[in-house]
Amino acid sequence: MEVPILKQGQYLIASIQSALTDADLSQLREALIERVGRYRARGVIVDVTALDVMDSFAVRTLRDIAHMARLRGSETVIVGIQPEVAFAMVQLGLTLKGIATALDLEEGLAFLNAKARERT
Amino acid sequence: MSDELRLEIAADVDVVRAREQGRELAAAHGFSLGDQTVIATAISEIARNILMYAKRGEVRLYSLNDGSRDGLRVIAEDRGPGIRDLPRAMQDGFSTSGGLGLGLPGAKRLMDDFTVDSAPGRGTIVTMIKWKRSHG
Repeated sequence: MEVPILKQGQYLIASIQSALTDADLSQLREALIERVGRYRARGVIVDVTALDVMDSFAVRTLRDIAHMARLRGSETVIVGIQPEVAFAMVQLGLTLKGIATALDLEEGLAFLNAKARERT
Repeated sequence: MSDELRLEIAADVDVVRAREQGRELAAAHGFSLGDQTVIATAISEIARNILMYAKRGEVRLYSLNDGSRDGLRVIAEDRGPGIRDLPRAMQDGFSTSGGLGLGLPGAKRLMDDFTVDSAPGRGTIVTMIKWKRSHG
């Protein structure tokens, strides 16, 4: 299941629609990193609202996306982690330390806009 | 003991299917949304371990009752290389696969009951149980 990636202004929005296999997650990582360059994106939003499980592989992949995007000059924010998912992640020992998160898409855009203002 | 579901794990789609089946069974037995998520996450971790270390194996799901409460038992079994150093494998951050090393200790924290039976060359059996909280 390929994740659609939308371009909105200087940002890329990857909106996950359903459960993803490990291969899907890796594919999302490659696609996003390539597009950050192609569209000269300054920000990436990964919307995980539809994910009902975030296990260690998913979290590692999101972390990789954020770190790789930053190396390419783009900020990443993860939005839409569901409350039960957050609970299970913390129990599992996953924290997304150092990665920006926001409650939803709107907050994620606000975060990236604030970052963009800092830069100018 | 009523339901039993046997799920083959041989590809990454099987990991997704196993955790979805686990969630469905937990929902059918009245587990809260939070506990369904916890169970699905634990299944995801141990099913992926099968794939990473043994290439193939199976996950079995059972509903159970100990006389006073309902529970869900998950058994993950493979005939892979087994775990050489079990105490270390149960430590956070220890991994021989380049993963995060949270699979076994993380799944243990998520579940109420957790045992691993493994020896080099003999494969691995992980058994874990989540009990349903009584009307909380």
